[in-house]
Amino acid sequence: MKKTKNKIRIQNLITYGMVIAAWVIIEILIQTGHISSLLKGLLVPLCIYAILAVSLNLTVGILGELSLGHAGFMCVGAFSGAFFTNVAADAIPSTGVRLFIALLIGAVTAGIFGLLIGIPVLRLKGDYLAIVTLAFGEIIKNLINTFYIGIDSSGLHFSIKDTMSLGMDETGVVIIKGPQGITGTPKAATFTIGIILLLITLVIVLNLIHSRTGRAIMSIRDNRIAAESIGINVTKYKLMAFSISAALAGVAGVLYAHNLSSLAATTNNFGYNKSIMILVFVVLGGLGSVRGSVIAAVVLTLLPELLRGLNDYRMLIYAIVLIVMMIFNSSPKAIAMRAVLRERFMSKKTKEAA
Amino acid sequence: MAMLEVKSLSISFGGLRAVDDFNVVIEKGQLYGMIGPNGAGKTTVFNLLTGVYKPDTGKILLDGKDITGKRTIEINQAGIARTFQNIRLFKELSVLDNVKAGLHNHHTYSTLEGILRLPRYYRVEKEMDERAMELLKVFDLDGEYDYKASNLPYGKQRKLEIARALATDPKLLLLDEPAAGMNPNETAELMDTIRFVRDHFDMTILLIEHDMKLVSGICERLTVLNFGQVLTEGETAQVLNDSRVITAYLGE
Repeated sequence: MKKTKNKIRIQNLITYGMVIAAWVIIEILIQTGHISSLLKGLLVPLCIYAILAVSLNLTVGILGELSLGHAGFMCVGAFSGAFFTNVAADAIPSTGVRLFIALLIGAVTAGIFGLLIGIPVLRLKGDYLAIVTLAFGEIIKNLINTFYIGIDSSGLHFSIKDTMSLGMDETGVVIIKGPQGITGTPKAATFTIGIILLLITLVIVLNLIHSRTGRAIMSIRDNRIAAESIGINVTKYKLMAFSISAALAGVAGVLYAHNLSSLAATTNNFGYNKSIMILVFVVLGGLGSVRGSVIAAVVLTLLPELLRGLNDYRMLIYAIVLIVMMIFNSSPKAIAMRAVLRERFMSKKTKEAA
Repeated sequence: MAMLEVKSLSISFGGLRAVDDFNVVIEKGQLYGMIGPNGAGKTTVFNLLTGVYKPDTGKILLDGKDITGKRTIEINQAGIARTFQNIRLFKELSVLDNVKAGLHNHHTYSTLEGILRLPRYYRVEKEMDERAMELLKVFDLDGEYDYKASNLPYGKQRKLEIARALATDPKLLLLDEPAAGMNPNETAELMDTIRFVRDHFDMTILLIEHDMKLVSGICERLTVLNFGQVLTEGETAQVLNDSRVITAYLGE
């Protein structure tokens, strides 16, 4: 029994260690100036996508429900976080403090959305659930595009028509400008903050999986009827997994908003393509494998950028990598081969130790 | 007082009266069997008892408490646990975790305590491990505690399902065709296990079975169902010699 416990602990430590090691190496490279500006610009997005992949894995891999609306929750988090940062610009001068509070607000708002969407949606299964979550993502994006919100001395003003109809006095500032979104958010997100948030996400998700709650969630995934028969509240745990997943996507969204000076709810930023891209990270990283999600997110985000030099062949190579990863992860023969390799590696290690 | 008392239970699906005026009284500690041809409504009775279906009419009393129309999880908490005709384990979870999932409502800590790994998490998890290993030992599964449930051989999967049901600390255990798909050796072993569970856990057991050797070997009383209705009820030997039971189910 101790052995299994330790195995889980070691696996988790490897995951944390991997992230910390990546941070140390990158920081050294930055200090010594051995890093291209292209890669430097990718560092925060890498953290964002890793957080998104890990959080979606909670819904898809652990809860076992296919959700295609993850970008929608990210969008909710991004806008609520950025909105707070801009509203509180005068009240709280420190951008760091504002980012911290914005992260909490983004997480809570996205979590509440997850709960509200989850109540009707989690009654559905499989394809139907996927379709409805896909629609949710699109609706959120389009809805935010119609919002005009401003603030003046008398408080907040809201309209879904245009800036003029907000009817503010001369001190008024428009914060959300419909399709133009939010501009002027301070660029407070740094690589270090991204890594810290990724680590927090990993701790939350890994600790959740290996706890009573995680067991309940996975038992629902494996057999809902049996889970009910042993007294597990299926609705409660489904909603819990779904809203925690949404809240973490919200955190990624806030980080995203604070990495860009202007935030708009365009198809490019929060469309269904984004949701599917996150799903690709999760599926290729391995359903239920948290470390796999992080690795897949990093590799598949870096790859197209690093291959820029190859121009036309870039997407071809990307596609080939996707296929190879898919085979390596899910074909029975490849899994058997991996097991053999692992055994050989392990036996060598024990021999060396002896 | 009887452990389970069912009074005139009925349910219809469309025009079909699947269970019609079903009555049964099971005393504490009894090993009770339910037999009958396929489609007689045996599993439907289980589904009614565990709240999967709501009965049209009738009353279900567990240890004197009315549990009619309650939800499945409430009925489990009231004290009925079951196994399934087609095994329903948590396939991707380990053998140990399957049983620990059964302990869900008896050893508790909050989600937050689990995420933050507060002292209570370690204490309760340790309790759960110990209790789960005790149960696994009873079924001789402790050697395979870290196997994936789906990797267990068939007979052991059946046993694990019983262990998981027992983990919820029930007063009444429902076994739906526990010997289905087992060879004579495995069935004989299963009979010993069921008897042991009854004695060791002081359990009341109601089981559905087609294997007459098992039924005549361990059941003290029987109810025979046919077309949703109770054909007869009584001591095992007496029921199995009943001419109506022989024509309807057993054959000459």
